[in-house]
Amino acid sequence: MSTHDHDHTPIGNGDERAAAARARALEELLVEKGVVRREDVRAGIDWLVSRTPADGARLVARAWVDPAFKRRLLADARSAALELGLDPGPAPVVVALENTATVHHMIVCTLCSCYPRALLGPPPAWYKSLPYRSRAVSDPRGVLAEFGLEIGDDVELRVVDSTADIRYLVVPRRPPATDELDEEQLAALVTRDSMIGVAEPVAPALA
Amino acid sequence: MKYRVGEPVMVADRAHHGHHRTPLYIKGKAGRIERVHAAFRNPETRAYGDDGLPEVRLYLVSFARSELWPDAGAGAGYRLYVDVFEHWLEEAK
Repeated sequence: MSTHDHDHTPIGNGDERAAAARARALEELLVEKGVVRREDVRAGIDWLVSRTPADGARLVARAWVDPAFKRRLLADARSAALELGLDPGPAPVVVALENTATVHHMIVCTLCSCYPRALLGPPPAWYKSLPYRSRAVSDPRGVLAEFGLEIGDDVELRVVDSTADIRYLVVPRRPPATDELDEEQLAALVTRDSMIGVAEPVAPALA
Repeated sequence: MKYRVGEPVMVADRAHHGHHRTPLYIKGKAGRIERVHAAFRNPETRAYGDDGLPEVRLYLVSFARSELWPDAGAGAGYRLYVDVFEHWLEEAK
């Protein structure tokens, strides 16, 4: 029986979800024990939210215009990112996978939400959702159709489950009728979703 | 490294109590080595404060849809590509 008068409501917002409350409690404890410093946590969050898909798009656009760079990107994406002055992040290995007329890659992390955050920014909410994580491996064509992407039966579909230390980035196909565009204009066509492999790059605006 | 690109392998069909990075849906399934990655610290010990050493070789292994979901019926095929640590792989029967 609870007759004492202090408040048993958990600390935090009333609508705070259990996972968020747990994460915050862990942070409090780790700071209190001197394992991490609060400024390190803040710096980590600031770094993460400062990342955007624009960096990944620069890699893709360069690969579209420079075949030698594309070969280097597919062989070692981390080095290729450094070559463009981009920060490939703390993950030791980034692997770029090329979509072609005959092969289509899409990326999922069924165990959690592994994602090339340094080059694409924070993952979208759907990427972390259970429906995407389970259906991407059991019904990928159905999932792609919901994203508006029909993959022909003659295209070899590869669903890549990033379960460990490798972070995967899709190099989508260059849209047709883009010969006149420069690298910067091409980069503007490369969307986040196209680098996860659930969409094509946007078509260039009709002149 | 123990396995080469193109080699058929089996994923060990064993329970593991605690953190590990081998998804249930590939346990006991036959696949093929697609890439040999570097070796990485073992997440199964690193998750509990250990240094995760010695490092374990990581492979990209592919699986046919029909191997993983035999009841899925007809329809366009695809392959699943999954990163698997060496100690979860066995030689194909």
